[in-house]
Amino acid sequence: MQKTPGHTLKAFDQDMAELRGLIADMGAFAEAAIEEAMRCLVERDVDAAAALVEADDQLDELEAEAERRVVELIALRAPMADDLRDAIAALKIAGVVERIGDYAKNIARRVRRLPEKGEIEPLSLLPEMARIASGMVRDVLAAFAARDPQAAEAVCRRDDAVDDFYESILRTLLTYMMESPQNIGPSTTLLFVAKNLERIGDHATNIAEMVFYAATGERLTDGAD
Amino acid sequence: MIDLMDRRADESALAVSPPKIEVRGLDFFYGKVQALKAVDLAVPANAVTAIIGPSGCGKSTLLRTINRIYEIYPDQRAAGEIVIDGANVLEPRFPLSALRRSVGMVFQKPTPFATSIRKNVAFALSYYERLPKAELADRVEDALRQAALWDEVADKLDASALSLSGGQQQRLCIARTLAVRPEIILLDEPTSALDPISTARIEELIDELRQRFTIVIVTHNMQQAARVSQRTAFFHLGELIEVGDTSQIFTNPHVQRTQDYITGRYG
Repeated sequence: MQKTPGHTLKAFDQDMAELRGLIADMGAFAEAAIEEAMRCLVERDVDAAAALVEADDQLDELEAEAERRVVELIALRAPMADDLRDAIAALKIAGVVERIGDYAKNIARRVRRLPEKGEIEPLSLLPEMARIASGMVRDVLAAFAARDPQAAEAVCRRDDAVDDFYESILRTLLTYMMESPQNIGPSTTLLFVAKNLERIGDHATNIAEMVFYAATGERLTDGAD
Repeated sequence: MIDLMDRRADESALAVSPPKIEVRGLDFFYGKVQALKAVDLAVPANAVTAIIGPSGCGKSTLLRTINRIYEIYPDQRAAGEIVIDGANVLEPRFPLSALRRSVGMVFQKPTPFATSIRKNVAFALSYYERLPKAELADRVEDALRQAALWDEVADKLDASALSLSGGQQQRLCIARTLAVRPEIILLDEPTSALDPISTARIEELIDELRQRFTIVIVTHNMQQAARVSQRTAFFHLGELIEVGDTSQIFTNPHVQRTQDYITGRYG
């Protein structure tokens, strides 16, 4: 159903716009964190990785702010129908984006566990996987901002690519570990990174389901889990 | 954009149960002005059906038609059918006293008679039935208890009804309606003149009464419709736009105009 522009009470539109803006900021923050974590990993930038871990507090604060605003909106504006679904979706999405930020933080934490020098061959696959996962985060939050259920649905379909990457990285890392016991340490670290990226893809898919429901009132049924 | 504008099949339990009141093709005219247009609406028994919509949408007119109160005005006219328990009550042959007895109505402003609390409740009873004094007293008590007013007035039944607070007066009017043991209760904005605590009492009462009665409530307060009703019907410019389970109407209305109205984007 189309959203007719403008509530009679204009302050309501203002509240909703600010809430959407806040969620968009959180998304941009999480997306940037994923990219920065991957850069730190590839370049073994231990100092920047430590700074990124510290910065995650900001995302937690944004989530708390989003929660405060949604509670206030429900208490003061008594939103109904699509407005209510949007408010609840914003609350849930804020929580999920915060989790995505945690995964980026986990990746940053693992940077210091990699040897400072030397090529680790499977590392070359991870940045591409990260690009897909962070692209899903970006696009699903754009879908929320635009109330676009079809864009949300399209994000769900991309999760398969992330899962395929994970499978293939897992197999590569297993082979690598079998080659030499010295590879087990760094390979385990990379496996955790791949797992974190795979979880980011799943969470982006969950957000897509929330966006679809908020926009249409219907559950997105097939495909995504 | 996915098209969700189609009116979907209403499959809720209340929609498929046999209705207590069935409005079919109802038109209503104030002189030449048509206030209701081909309204079809099934009202389930033992549930509260809320009628919502902007001023002038025809919601009060619908109530006035169900108990034929409009007939006292010469230029008002209804066409179509309102079937209650299998009989079309709009038929001129249908006895008005039987209709008024089975369909009680409570208005926006409390309308107590300027007499004692007891006589307010006994008045309608003695109009319809000849009862021995003791039984009359029992029925008055019974009605006041059902209206959740007994505890507040038991020791002053002969005091003037006008000495009661607005909320108590409204519950007295509900007691008066209940005294004749109707099957259907029509409530026209019953709490719009009341403070929040009196409103909550009346809403609690409505929720209790629905176990035994079929209730139709007209309200401008959408939160009230959401709180007290199981079914909600949205009217606009004399037409029924959408009817469904209250939870569906307020979380996921299927028609754009319903959504615009309940989210405050209308006009």
